[in-house]
Amino acid sequence: MKWRRIVVGTVTFIVPTTIAFFDIVGYVAKVEGASMQPLLNPELSTDKKPESDFVLLNRWKTHGMQFKRGEIVSLSSPTDPDHKLIKRIIALDGDLIKTPGYKSPHVRIPEGYCWVEGDHQKLSMDSNYFGPIPKALLHAKASHIVWPPNRWRKLDVNPTDPDRLISEEQVEAIRDMRLTEID
Amino acid sequence: MIKKIIARSSGVLFYMVQYGCLAHCTFEYLADFCVCSGPSMQPTIYSSDIVLTEHISVNYKRVQKGDIVIARSPTKPLEFICKRVVAMEGDHIFNSNAQNIKFVPRGHVWLEGDNKHNSTDSRIYGPVPYALLRSRVFFKVWPLSDMGKMKMPKEEW
Repeated sequence: MKWRRIVVGTVTFIVPTTIAFFDIVGYVAKVEGASMQPLLNPELSTDKKPESDFVLLNRWKTHGMQFKRGEIVSLSSPTDPDHKLIKRIIALDGDLIKTPGYKSPHVRIPEGYCWVEGDHQKLSMDSNYFGPIPKALLHAKASHIVWPPNRWRKLDVNPTDPDRLISEEQVEAIRDMRLTEID
Repeated sequence: MIKKIIARSSGVLFYMVQYGCLAHCTFEYLADFCVCSGPSMQPTIYSSDIVLTEHISVNYKRVQKGDIVIARSPTKPLEFICKRVVAMEGDHIFNSNAQNIKFVPRGHVWLEGDNKHNSTDSRIYGPVPYALLRSRVFFKVWPLSDMGKMKMPKEEW
């Protein structure tokens, strides 16, 4: 009788509340790979025993789909739905940016899309490979490193290098320059 | 008296949380109802029809060509779209809008509405990542006269 109560209680209360909490509020996830070095997993690929970082992923803040440039986000990979990536938002819709390794040197981000990159450019599979991605793929913001304990810290928002964003005035200037050349 | 009120209300709150979370899990992982709006899936689904959708085939990658799916809109992150899967990853598809043949890359699907003349779909915004799919429409519950399993459209697939 006692066992039955425990089983029923677990199935009808603990399991659904835990899943709902992870879905709505947030959860902790292990970071794999070196794409966000030196911020995350700095010791990976050195001689030391590799110890992965665990980050706190805040899902609550993504329900409104409002993002800022420089935020670290977790997203589903556009090329593999089972795979989750962790990257930094470089540009939002409407921006015109210079790309370091994409097929075209300048990209205008379409509406509803954004541009994400890893901090470690050489080791990152990011928008330079698959282009702008729909914002709907972003599902959480990474807010803290929570494990190992000595690495506990808040993850800062690093605003994008202003040199990479091309402002509307610059676009106008380039257009004017070209026009005068034609004249 | 006050103790009794607190005990009562905390009991009610407990049940509200419990059933809210149970409902969340059911609607997110099993099945849910959707009220469709817009003309893009006519004549299969009309505006304000109610359909039943299930999440299992999407979660276990069982979606096939010809299935009707609910997905997050790639251009409007807060909105959902209801379209038919026309091509899967690795397929080549003729884009009747741009008049060219497009390749559907790995991890993507090609979505089109059944109403080819009035639908914003992959012909406009290109292949959609599979991760944006949310559920598969399998049963229409409203209007009652049209109740039943979802069918293929009359034209050839």
